[in-house]
Amino acid sequence: MNKENPAKTGDRAAAYWRENVKLLCILLAIWFAVSFGAGVLFVEALNTIRIGGFKLGFWFAQQGSIITFVILIFVYAAHMSAIEKRLGVGDE
Amino acid sequence: MDAQTLTFIFVGLSFALYIGIAIWSRAGSTSEFYVAGGHVHPIANGMATAADWMSAASFISMAGIIAFAGYDGSVYLMGWTGGYVLLALLLAPYLRKFGQFTVPDFIGERYYSKAARVVAVICLIVVSFTYIAGQMRGVGVVFSRFLDMPIQWGVVTGMGVVFFYAVLGGMKGITYTQVAQYCVLIFAYLVPAIFISMLMTGNPIPQLGLGADAVGTSVPVLEKLDAALVDLGFAAFTDGTKSKIDVFAITLALMVGTAGLPHVIVRFFTVPKVSDARKSAGYALAFIAILYMTAPAVGAFARLNFIESVHEKSYAEAPGWVKGWEGIGLIAWLDKNGDGVIQYGPGAPFEGRPDYAEGVGAHGERRLNNAPTANENEIHVDRDIMVLANPEIAQLPGWVIALVAAGGVAAALSTAAGLLLVISTAISHDLLKRTFRPQITEKTELRAARGAAAAAILVAGYLGINPPGFVAQVVALAFGLAAASLFPAILMGIFFKRINREGAVAGMVAGLVFTLAYIIWFKSPWFGAVDSAEQWLFGISPEGIGVIGMTLNFAVAVAVSCFTAPTPAGVRAMVDDIRMPSSVKAEA
Repeated sequence: MNKENPAKTGDRAAAYWRENVKLLCILLAIWFAVSFGAGVLFVEALNTIRIGGFKLGFWFAQQGSIITFVILIFVYAAHMSAIEKRLGVGDE
Repeated sequence: MDAQTLTFIFVGLSFALYIGIAIWSRAGSTSEFYVAGGHVHPIANGMATAADWMSAASFISMAGIIAFAGYDGSVYLMGWTGGYVLLALLLAPYLRKFGQFTVPDFIGERYYSKAARVVAVICLIVVSFTYIAGQMRGVGVVFSRFLDMPIQWGVVTGMGVVFFYAVLGGMKGITYTQVAQYCVLIFAYLVPAIFISMLMTGNPIPQLGLGADAVGTSVPVLEKLDAALVDLGFAAFTDGTKSKIDVFAITLALMVGTAGLPHVIVRFFTVPKVSDARKSAGYALAFIAILYMTAPAVGAFARLNFIESVHEKSYAEAPGWVKGWEGIGLIAWLDKNGDGVIQYGPGAPFEGRPDYAEGVGAHGERRLNNAPTANENEIHVDRDIMVLANPEIAQLPGWVIALVAAGGVAAALSTAAGLLLVISTAISHDLLKRTFRPQITEKTELRAARGAAAAAILVAGYLGINPPGFVAQVVALAFGLAAASLFPAILMGIFFKRINREGAVAGMVAGLVFTLAYIIWFKSPWFGAVDSAEQWLFGISPEGIGVIGMTLNFAVAVAVSCFTAPTPAGVRAMVDDIRMPSSVKAEA
């Protein structure tokens, strides 16, 4: 990677931002699907499915969505660190 | 030793710990006072954020709300956790890179305008004061319940402790105190939850117990609760009663509002690096999730236990905790059919809040002045007791009760301290240093910050002792306003360079005014508007209206920006810079 060339640096910044926005869109789609999708909009349909003593829609609304949120943030942090390392724009 | 002595000891020890930490971590500079010098480890910051975030309402009230609202309570569970995803992905890393002290700092510089900064300060102060009154009240309630102290003295004691460590230690003192407070509150929450889960399902992990069979049967505990509630005429626990659009709007408003709350955002200014801000948000949410995933289990167990303990039981044989809480005025029984037996069902048992008369009735219950209602329900129960009564319901020893009291106080104090800090910072840094008196030295600014914190504590204490009924009803205000004003301005500041000063200010003002007006219209007694679904705009309640305010903010900001001068080149370069974790220029 050529760190001396300012044009390349601009390219890397643009590439970094593109990848970041793409990753954001994917993760926010999952964020929306588990909470507003499974927990609100389609809760009745999912409630006909049972997992153990839980109705599935209810489980997503009160447990599943929260676990997914935690995982999403750590996935984002890990992916971003990897992208930054690859493009050489990280702070680590 | 009795529970009360133990409670004094536990709460006293926890106070000594907080004050000790404050002395050890005294702030010496404005940077330490505002953002703890930017040296907080991401895990420590995660814990501090969790304690900052989880208030007396989360600790004391949430499980009770879910106990009585069932599925409808999901709006709080998802709403108050999902916002961290927005925060971690859309705001925290860039604001950390920006690297100043406050939220108005960012808005003021990004929109190159003192007006934008002052509008942001106004939003911040309205949001934070709405929130803090409830925290001081929470401290008072815990003191009065567990230490038999009048609420006012509880509030004054709480003020004294917060005063000491917030004024002395600033953000540095608050951060390390909050780490200790998180440990106290989570331990205090989990111990009774584990015991009550064992009692109801035989499974020690509450989150799994919620999906397990009720003890001694092969019926899942949620199914048993659904059946018991439907039998009594309530909606099933796992079904909702709110309209779908309202559930959607409230959840979204709470999520966006969470991401826009200044006292939460500012916590991410305290970690050393951009990558730490992302990780720290993950840790924060993981620490929060421990409590938030336990709360629905506690709520469901407590509701089932409550029904089994009181319905069709004679008052004389009711468990001791029923009489204990009746003594404090959080339970009331009106024997409408005169059979000496408690009947529980939907609807209020009598008109208004319990108004106790002198003396006792035929069965030893406290007499009431209230007029009975037509339904068959005879018992009034305040939802806040569900967590506080858990140790007694599960017949746990005195030290657990003492622990819960210390936990409740920790939850209330940690949030109050975080809020006080952002208020004082906004006044000393944004209003004085950056707007009206730029010539003051750092020493003067630090003194002003301490003075502002002290003044804010006095106002908060006054609001805690004399809660204005109107403010108490509108916690929604804090979230709605944050969602409609601060969040869109910050988000667009990072992701859309085209949004300029004129657009941002117009957008914030539009979102703020609309949301404030809608909430005041329905929630205040001044206009006589009926707060019901038929009257609401698009069927969205005042709790969820922040979503419309936010949409309005985005729309106005984009429209105004299109017709006014483009963002200056210097500001565009600043946006490019905050988007990158490392400084590209320095590297090239």
